[in-house]
Amino acid sequence: MSQQNPTLKDEEWRYADAKALAALSPDTFEAWRDIDVAPGETHRECFVLDAAEPSLTRIRAKVGEGARLELFAVNLGGDYTRMEVITRLETGAHFEFGGVTIGGGDAVREFVTRTTHDEPEATSNQVVRAVHWGEATGNFLGAINVGRGGQRTDAAQDFKALVLEKGAAANAKPELEIFADDVKCAHGAAIGQMDEMARYYMASRGIAPDLAKKLLVRAFIADALAALEDESEAERLLDTALAVLDDAEAMIA
Amino acid sequence: MLKIENLHAEIDGKEILKGLSLEVNAGEIHAIMGPNGAGKSTLAYVLGGRPGYEVTQGTVTFNGKDLLDMEPHERAALGMFLGFQYPVEIPGVSNVQFLREALNSQRKARGEEPLSGGEFLKLAKEKAGLLKLDMEMLKRNVNVGFSGGEKKRNEMVQMGILDPAFAVLDETDSGLDIDALKVVGEGINAIMRKSDKAVLLITHYQRLLDYVEPDFVHILSAGKIVKTGGADLAKQLEAEGYDEVMAA
Repeated sequence: MSQQNPTLKDEEWRYADAKALAALSPDTFEAWRDIDVAPGETHRECFVLDAAEPSLTRIRAKVGEGARLELFAVNLGGDYTRMEVITRLETGAHFEFGGVTIGGGDAVREFVTRTTHDEPEATSNQVVRAVHWGEATGNFLGAINVGRGGQRTDAAQDFKALVLEKGAAANAKPELEIFADDVKCAHGAAIGQMDEMARYYMASRGIAPDLAKKLLVRAFIADALAALEDESEAERLLDTALAVLDDAEAMIA
Repeated sequence: MLKIENLHAEIDGKEILKGLSLEVNAGEIHAIMGPNGAGKSTLAYVLGGRPGYEVTQGTVTFNGKDLLDMEPHERAALGMFLGFQYPVEIPGVSNVQFLREALNSQRKARGEEPLSGGEFLKLAKEKAGLLKLDMEMLKRNVNVGFSGGEKKRNEMVQMGILDPAFAVLDETDSGLDIDALKVVGEGINAIMRKSDKAVLLITHYQRLLDYVEPDFVHILSAGKIVKTGGADLAKQLEAEGYDEVMAA
């Protein structure tokens, strides 16, 4: 391979796991998957990223005029797990992204998106929730590029992280680059801990601490899947994410 | 039913309760009144097992069991209910889901069968009606966007659904308008005024006691109960103030 593997010096890889990057085969970085959504069509896809080994999921998408791309992902990999989505939106197209990173151990789990609004009236909405414990890290790096032609773009990004234990971490890096003057770009990021008062309130009504935690985490990550219209699929993803918490419960009670 | 003996408790190393003793029997309603900072809310939280409230001395038994030895959710399952002065908002969790989980957790702890969704909704509807709380509000997230009065009524709906043996109500009357006060007062009577139940009513004002007549009124001051009387004591307090009554 002509290129070297990326390192933490590369902006889009700054929160990655350096050791995992160095160990991955160079081919892995070339393995892009292309999604082309034809004008007026909707493409929806859900991902459960649960590899035990370091893994990359790289997607390049083109969303045609008036089309919709809806991607939902639960990232609970056992080692460095990264999902990257580069999206180019044509006129009036929409990109919906819902992501959950959840888990303990010492893995880095991340979503990296770059969304380009070069044509008018395209919209995008990205909601990412991170729940981590142990020495795990959850990241969301979201770039939005609005070119000169991207008038009346409406783009939103919302990241929230719940750090359940000292030692766990979360990184948020919104990156907006806007060259059009009639656009709406909203972004928010918050990193916090479990609401202990809510937990106590639940306990005072008879709900045991582990169940209270589960209910609160479920409510927290459900935001990322709220736009998934297929309710049974949303439930499946939620349950998959919460199962990780169940498995770890004994360790973090 | 509830027996508190020589209770000392502190928060962040500061002693708030300084030797409080109180006995509440089944069928009784006790009111605790007292000036700001006397330790009323601390007493409520100590009984409810809130983390950070450390008991340094004394005992509390509830139906013969050591209450202080139990986790908050275990106290609830045993029939202890704490009505919060400031009910907590829980975004993303609906009232219905929250209460059904709570009730079924308690039932499970007591070795009872869980209620089905239908049975639960019927019960919730009945209790919401008692407190004149719109059923739609029970479908919304716990206390999120509720007014002060709605939060307090919601506390009482929860009490109705959970049907505790003993309720500690911490300033349930604060934030209520005159009409809501009457609804809440009547709700407390309907739910708790029974021979096998008891209530510890913490309040600043006589007004609620017009609806929920206490069998005993205690004045809590500087972490101790300094005076006990009947319902008349509350009326005397309202007329004369704490300083005068406590000096007498």
